[in-house]
Amino acid sequence: MAETASRLPVIAGARYAKGRASVSVAPPAARLSLRAPSESVAALSKALGVALPEKPKTSITKGDVHALWLGPDEWLLIGPDGHDFAGALAKVAAFHSAVDISHRNAALMVEGAGAADALNAGCPQDLNLSAFPAGACSRTLMGKTEIVLLRLAEHAFRVEVWRSFAPYAFDFLEDAIKRDW
Amino acid sequence: MLLIHCPYCGEERPEVEFRQSGEAHIARPQNMADITDEEFEAFFFLRDNPKGVTFERWRHVHGCARFFNAARDTVTDKILMTYKAGLPKPDITLPEKTLALTVDPGVSGRSLLPGDAK
Repeated sequence: MAETASRLPVIAGARYAKGRASVSVAPPAARLSLRAPSESVAALSKALGVALPEKPKTSITKGDVHALWLGPDEWLLIGPDGHDFAGALAKVAAFHSAVDISHRNAALMVEGAGAADALNAGCPQDLNLSAFPAGACSRTLMGKTEIVLLRLAEHAFRVEVWRSFAPYAFDFLEDAIKRDW
Repeated sequence: MLLIHCPYCGEERPEVEFRQSGEAHIARPQNMADITDEEFEAFFFLRDNPKGVTFERWRHVHGCARFFNAARDTVTDKILMTYKAGLPKPDITLPEKTLALTVDPGVSGRSLLPGDAK
């Protein structure tokens, strides 16, 4: 019988903590890249059970599903591992494109009072609470890699990064925390 | 760091999230198969290189990923305004003070210093 390949998570279980902040690898998750015109949003929101945010830099969390605004017609959906986004959208007739990217990304959790400072070591965005409140999200840069940043709480961020960049992003944040930037 | 206003995100974002993508408002000929080589050259290769206000396409590549247009002063590198793609070219009148910067005084604009060639 043929052996089936098993998918190995990237840098699973890695964690670093020092001083005011910590970085750890989040457990595997289901992710969906969703593109749709504004006329389709209502039907898609209904099928997904979570309202797609239409304001820039905002996200909506319902239960353990996050819907992140990435662009005027682009959203990133994040749910627990195995969550069937594609199945939920299978019968939607409204025009849209949905691509499963569960395994394209890895996620890092950056937590602690120094979390924003650690991210700002490489991320040029203003992470002050007034400019980037809890629930805010944005595609941006961190060091040399593109990330999607989601602020879960004042001192907790989720960093979505492409899988092959995950070791770089982890090392970058580890270094920033080590130096307490 | 330069801050650029993204018309789709509705706020100023750091320059490193953006890419410049060449001159804006270049209309692609509808009759591409019929035009002469010279006309194609003019459409495809020839670009203005003005001193002063230029209209450029920019892309918020590490953000919302949208293309938009910007009016930029090539002398001061100041982005005068940004607007959504598809909107007509705005009429930009530079304030007097900025205009003065775009006028090249040349050598004659200053008095000769000792050692200058006469």
